Amino acid sequence: MANQSNGQGKAKTSFWNDPAVRSVVFQLLAIGAVVAFFLYIINNALSNMEARGITTGFAFLNDSAGFGILQTLVPFDETYSYGRTFIVGLLNTVLVSVLGIFLATILGFIIGIARLSKNWLIAKLASVYIEIFRNIPLLLQIFFWYFAVLRALPSPRDSFNFNDSVFFNVRGLYMPEPIAQDGFGAVWIALFAAIAIIIGVVRYEKKYQLRTGKTFPLFFPSLGLLIGLPLITYFIVGSPMYLEYPELKGFNFQNGMVVIPELIALLLALTIYTAAFIAEVVRSGIEAVPHGQSEAANALGLTNGQRLRLIIIPQAMRVIIPPLTNQYLNLTKNSSLATAIGYPDLVSVFAGTTLNQTGQAVEIIFMTMAVYLTLSLTTSALMNWYNKRIALIER
Amino acid sequence: MKKQLVSAVAALSLVAVSTASMAATLDDVKKKGFVQCGVSTGLPGFSNPDDKGNWKGLDVDVCRAVAAATLGDASKVKYIPLNAKERFTALQSGEVDMLSRNTTWTLTRDGSLGLNFAGINYYDGQGFMVSKELGVKSAKELDGAAVCIQAGTTTELNLADYFRELGMKYQPVVFDTSDQTVQGFEAGRCDVLTSDQSQLYALRIKLSKPDSAMVLPEVISKEPLGPVVRQGDDQWFNIVKWSMFALIAAEELGVTSANADQMKSSTNPNVQRLLGTEAGQGKNLGLDDTWAFNIVKQVGNYGEMFERNVGSESPLGISRGLNALWTKGGLQYAPPIR
Amino acid sequence: MSEFKPLPDQPPPPNTVGLVGWMRAHLFTGPVNSVLTVIAALIIAWGIAWFVNWGLFNADFIGTTRDDCSGAGACWVFIYARFDQFIYGFFPEAEIWRINLMFFIFAACIISMMIEKTPKKGWIALFTLVGFPIISYYLLNGGLFGLEVVETHKWGGLTLTLVIAVVGIVASLPIGILLALGRRSEMPIIRSISIVYIEFWRGVPLITVLFMASVMLPLFMSAGAETDKLMRALIGVTMFQSAYMAEVVRGGLQAIPKGQTEAAQALGLSYWKTMFLIVLPQALKLMIPGIVNTFIALFKDTSLVLIIGLFDLLAIVQSALNDPNWLGFSVEGYIFVAFMFWIFCFSMSRYSQALERKLNTSHR
Repeated sequence: MANQSNGQGKAKTSFWNDPAVRSVVFQLLAIGAVVAFFLYIINNALSNMEARGITTGFAFLNDSAGFGILQTLVPFDETYSYGRTFIVGLLNTVLVSVLGIFLATILGFIIGIARLSKNWLIAKLASVYIEIFRNIPLLLQIFFWYFAVLRALPSPRDSFNFNDSVFFNVRGLYMPEPIAQDGFGAVWIALFAAIAIIIGVVRYEKKYQLRTGKTFPLFFPSLGLLIGLPLITYFIVGSPMYLEYPELKGFNFQNGMVVIPELIALLLALTIYTAAFIAEVVRSGIEAVPHGQSEAANALGLTNGQRLRLIIIPQAMRVIIPPLTNQYLNLTKNSSLATAIGYPDLVSVFAGTTLNQTGQAVEIIFMTMAVYLTLSLTTSALMNWYNKRIALIER
Repeated sequence: MKKQLVSAVAALSLVAVSTASMAATLDDVKKKGFVQCGVSTGLPGFSNPDDKGNWKGLDVDVCRAVAAATLGDASKVKYIPLNAKERFTALQSGEVDMLSRNTTWTLTRDGSLGLNFAGINYYDGQGFMVSKELGVKSAKELDGAAVCIQAGTTTELNLADYFRELGMKYQPVVFDTSDQTVQGFEAGRCDVLTSDQSQLYALRIKLSKPDSAMVLPEVISKEPLGPVVRQGDDQWFNIVKWSMFALIAAEELGVTSANADQMKSSTNPNVQRLLGTEAGQGKNLGLDDTWAFNIVKQVGNYGEMFERNVGSESPLGISRGLNALWTKGGLQYAPPIR
Repeated sequence: MSEFKPLPDQPPPPNTVGLVGWMRAHLFTGPVNSVLTVIAALIIAWGIAWFVNWGLFNADFIGTTRDDCSGAGACWVFIYARFDQFIYGFFPEAEIWRINLMFFIFAACIISMMIEKTPKKGWIALFTLVGFPIISYYLLNGGLFGLEVVETHKWGGLTLTLVIAVVGIVASLPIGILLALGRRSEMPIIRSISIVYIEFWRGVPLITVLFMASVMLPLFMSAGAETDKLMRALIGVTMFQSAYMAEVVRGGLQAIPKGQTEAAQALGLSYWKTMFLIVLPQALKLMIPGIVNTFIALFKDTSLVLIIGLFDLLAIVQSALNDPNWLGFSVEGYIFVAFMFWIFCFSMSRYSQALERKLNTSHR
């Protein structure tokens, strides 16, 4: 590059003032700088690691882990590999993120709608909620729910006892676990059949409405079908399921399902914190729908529910989706604060214990960051797709 | 034009600079004027800041000994509190010159982490602490217990091994710092707190009612704790190693911080070599001959250090046990300084 | 014929005016609403009564040890006894005036910026962004004019929280501006580099960034280049924050009509002159609310540094909770921290909302 310019410099004095040429040079330089920067870093890291005798590479993923994990969604014990701890941590992160998104959306919509309620007291209460919880650091809220509230819960021996089947104590929430026996598959089939029928009926209803302008009730029959069909099947095939009740054996409750307090505290904090933001998103979304739309809906004689469901929400959704996506992404990333209270998420298990046992910080932090990046990009891609879809309905 | 050339050259030279070799730790320390020492974030008796923010403890005294040996002043230490998770990376990356943070010596840590253990300042073993209310008398009765444990320690692995060997189940409740572990135990999140026995005593006095908890008799592992340095700098490795030995040798020879000055005129050649009256020993380490004298004068010998921080003069009240001198039935033994 | 005199207006029905009318319109519009109102009122009354009893009437405020607390209500003695540590961290007592002076300058800058009629606002802003950080560095760290050097590991409490938040914002603003310009650039490579940078940092949690900064940064640097722990955390926070800042700046830039750029180009201004003389000055004004909002987010996020072992406000309270002499006051401790953070964040968000309203009206 440098030679070229010297050769042509005299012939064309305006060569360097040509914006196209400048832009090419500028970009090449930028690439050069970025590449040089990365070379520098990688070179440093490699030579530093070699000088200090740190093992590199991903071979450690096959070594046996040798430690236990509190909550595992896939089979895991000490003999599994470090690679498996990655999966376990990842699934725990996904679990808390999905549950958190689900709960925060519900709570956020309720608070957001309450914020616009005509009832002065309810509206004020909602705005007080929003102002309090979104202005306090999430980590503090997690600590509060875990360390301050946990202390107040009873020990396993004096658990809150609901009907001898559900127990709540400092060790978590214990519930009976349904154990499926042979033949339970039929119930699943019935459930899917019910869903298929409902989808079909809904589609037919739309067509019917377009054709005749009439509607017929859908919600309660669907609900009945959804519950009724599997239930009837269940009894026909002879109740192939039993409940395994938790029982106090030794120190703790054994058997049954348990929701560990770390998960409860983390979920509570994430839900309450994110819901405050979602509520604001929902409020501004609804306020963005012109008042005339409501009045027009009223004038057409739509009921309150119909007005919300058919007029307001579909239009508000278009404003709500992009910031809502951001909140979902934030929640997913914030779930990494789990490490502060020992919920075994990806950061705590993999970037914590595994990192420390193997000492391979670079590889492990790299993998952890890659996971969050993928989760983030996937969520925003999904949301963009959804956003486009509802935007298309408009016209 | 010129500007672009300059920046290209600058980018290239950046790459070139990075291949420069690492400086020797001792020179580095002398240049800085202090030793950067990784300690725990707060463990009474081993490394814990007092009310005024001064660090105190057995591990801290090792740092001070190294500072006394290298710089002649035990107070020239910069303490970097590290949690269990970040301690090795901090040492590997050069953030600290040495790590003195109740760290267990294992083969993997020597072999694949690029670290060297420079000795053992406390022979420990993993034990269990339970609330007295439970009425448990032995660790073998702990089937199904929830166990509070600190993240990223060998304790986690030992615990898994122990329960697997006995065919018992447990729930590991993992915390980031020992403070949080105690908080979890205190809140009743778990039945048992497991850690090195020394730590258990230290953590017990952090409970609101220390008498309500007891340490079970079983010791399920060997936990030799000691200072750690990076591989690849043998001189520094030797300095830390022999600072440890000087502490022990001083106790063997009866040299204390109080009598170090008088002992200089001792006729015992071993004492003379230790205190540098007979010249020549410091040179081998690249230090002054007064290196060990400075250690003993300013920090004391191993016995003083032990009693002051964890032994009879401290709230922990741990007996010497394995940590007595080899002459008194313990394991502390220093190779000859000559 | 007498002049037509309209009768005076009938008074409105009594149940539509005054307190009763207001309550009918806002609280008891229907059976459902009435029930909700009653339930909400009961909850509020119960909650406030409990909180006031616990935190005020039955609480203990003055004393030095936990024995001064009766145990019937909150024990604010704990906060009172540790207050200096919560604010100043482990800073040597004799040097605390330096922090106070820094707080004072900072408050003076901020207040004069917020008052509308202050003259020479631009210069004050410049001072706040450039001069103030330099002065505070020397105030905190010492080393000039015979001030004793206070190492960064002695910094803590609210001071550290503010240091991280302010440095994070001030340092990320110029980087954010460059990234935003890069993202809007017509050069595809510059644009892609900016996009990758922005999306990368926005996609990963701050905690992994801090962890990377705290333990991996030294591996990436050539041997001998040393930075202390706080410095590395600040680098991490700045890299992270600049990506968010870039998006705020981009929002501001997008709001400036294209005609402005075109007019500048027609006048023969170069790209940088166009940006710095025409576009950015207009855009910056629009960006202030966004910047304040990211500042709030960053301010809350500073609490994460406790995970890498720095003693910010939350960490220092958390460690005080473990003091054997003061065990069992976690609720008081957490409420104190929550209150401190809340005061800062809430007032900033109110300010940003007010600003947004003001800017909005001036543009319509």
